[in-house]
Amino acid sequence: MVLSDELKQRIAAEFPKYPEKRAVLLTALHFIQAEHGGWIPPGAAAEVAALLEIPPIDVEEVISFYSLFHPEPVGRFHLQVCANLSCCLAGARKIVRTLEQALDIRSGEVTEDGTFSIAEVECLGSCGTAPMLQVNNEPYVENLDERSVLELVERLRQRAAAASSPGPR
Amino acid sequence: MAVVHYLLPPDGQNWSKLADYKANGGYAAAERALREIKPEQIVADVKASGLRGRGGAGFAAGLKWSFLPTDGRRPRYIACNGDESEPGTYKDRQILERNPHELIEGLLIAAYANTIDAAYVYLRGEYRVAYDNLRAAIAEAKEAGYLGRNVLGSGLDFEIHVHRGAGAYICGEETGLMESLEGRKGQPRKRPPFPAVAGLWRQPTIINNVETMSQVPHIVGKGVDWFKSIGTEKSTGNTIFGVSGCVMKPGAYELPLGTPLRDIIFEHAGGLRPGRTLKAVIPGGVSMPVLTAEAAMQVTMDHDNLQKNGTLLGTGAVIVMDDTVCMVRAALTIARFFRHESCGQCTQCREGTGWLHKLFVLIERGQATKRELDTIDEVCKFMEAHTICALSDAAAWGAGYFVRRFRPEFEAHIEQQGCPLDGVSFEV
Ligand SMILES: Cc1cc2nc3c(=O)[nH]c(=O)nc-3n(C[C@H](O)[C@H](O)[C@H](O)COP(=O)(O)O)c2cc1C
Ligand code: SF4
Ligand code: FES
Repeated sequence: MVLSDELKQRIAAEFPKYPEKRAVLLTALHFIQAEHGGWIPPGAAAEVAALLEIPPIDVEEVISFYSLFHPEPVGRFHLQVCANLSCCLAGARKIVRTLEQALDIRSGEVTEDGTFSIAEVECLGSCGTAPMLQVNNEPYVENLDERSVLELVERLRQRAAAASSPGPR
Repeated sequence: MAVVHYLLPPDGQNWSKLADYKANGGYAAAERALREIKPEQIVADVKASGLRGRGGAGFAAGLKWSFLPTDGRRPRYIACNGDESEPGTYKDRQILERNPHELIEGLLIAAYANTIDAAYVYLRGEYRVAYDNLRAAIAEAKEAGYLGRNVLGSGLDFEIHVHRGAGAYICGEETGLMESLEGRKGQPRKRPPFPAVAGLWRQPTIINNVETMSQVPHIVGKGVDWFKSIGTEKSTGNTIFGVSGCVMKPGAYELPLGTPLRDIIFEHAGGLRPGRTLKAVIPGGVSMPVLTAEAAMQVTMDHDNLQKNGTLLGTGAVIVMDDTVCMVRAALTIARFFRHESCGQCTQCREGTGWLHKLFVLIERGQATKRELDTIDEVCKFMEAHTICALSDAAAWGAGYFVRRFRPEFEAHIEQQGCPLDGVSFEV
């Protein structure tokens, strides 16, 4: 069992918005990723398929079609740097290089401790505030330069440390 | 004439809260429309206003609505296109984040005018702030009686649902969007049947862009003549031009259609960086043919003028490139995008986008001969016909016109076996 009862209930609560259960598929996959560290674990597809009463292969196909769905683990902070034209004109390549050096991974990889991953993505609709990146599904980080992107990495490291430190929750 | 803003709140203000929207005249048009105006009259007014779609194709909105069948078949839907993924484009985001009630009011009036049961706003999955603000606004509107059962006593039962996409440009294409909303891969459908007859779940559906719908309250509230007084004869109203690239003040500028591109770049967006000269401008997102500097200085940003000058308005996303920018790298970046986003159903598009990208890579690396330049022309011709959707044409135009209009720069890469601007130009 990958999906908790609570998650299944949240998915089912979406059904009344549509004439068919299948329409909830993208929403369900978004919910699952948000609960499972940003990726879709093995077994989830079959359970979603059962819930929506559709063939498992349809779910697999959808997962592989959409670039926001990750069938493999990504970092706890998945850094998605826009590498389309307006961002490249504003120096997106430098931002990617700075991240690669700071995190000691290549774009497309995950750090050994699983904290960070870097991806180059298509235009995110932030072209007037380029270069930019998005962490997971959080609000955009815009108007980046080499310094501010390093500061961002530092802030995220602190967030990771704060979350893993023992103590009252 | 002084520019009147009506789509976006002034001075960076945010009217996502119902109280702020109402304090600035919001929902007055919907209240009057649903209580006093006949649905047919609204469709007639939107037609008369000349409103054209803001999603890229510029189709007349009122005409599209009039294609809905009159056979009484229900339910009927609105699919509102907030996928906004055309590179360079970030205009709908301004409305969604800063004025979401304007969209809700537009959808409500359109629903009343066209007897619609529910609207789905298909929002690109990455737009987090837009998602939060739009959802909060819908909840507030519902609480206030603008959504739900028997809205404002008009007899209309109407709901708006927000549906998140998941990162696929092709889901902005209207039938790809419908496939995606139904829970499938976003692969466009063959037409006919057209969405007005068989759209979402094969029911009658109108599909319009976020900005198109957000214009509707202003047409109804301020009148057809007022709307037609803005812009040009065949491109009416304001639009939001998103300017990016090599300018001092990139940003989203709400201006009348027909504004000279020169004014947008040199007045509103603050001009070029000191000492730079203009080389090229894409006027409407990367799907549209690039203009040389000379042409860009002549055009006005409306459908007719741009078409006469060998390009199209598209999404009004202006990407400015100065003399530091390598045209081969720009074309390569665009070709890479289309290769990644082709849905793969049509041979011309699947193969063509792949070939184009490979050819630009060869040229950029200095490994091509003049024959490759001719091959690009041939590939573009092969791509520009008989595909299920317009992505194939868009790729051929967006990348191909760089070769057609800046050929000497491509030849220089071949002769010098590399980029003459290496070290100066942006990197890919
Ligand atoms: C490949 C492709 C991508 C598109 N992406 C979008 C988009 O992101 N947003 C949008 O509103 N229209 C997009 N369109 C245009 C839609 O197909 C459609 O024309 C539009 O949503 C209709 O609304 P309008 O008439 O109000 O402009 C795209 C078209 C194509 C061919
Ligand atoms: S033209 Fe391209 S994107 Fe459009 S349906 Fe064909 S393969 Fe898919
Ligand atoms: S090109 Fe990077 S956000 Fe649009």
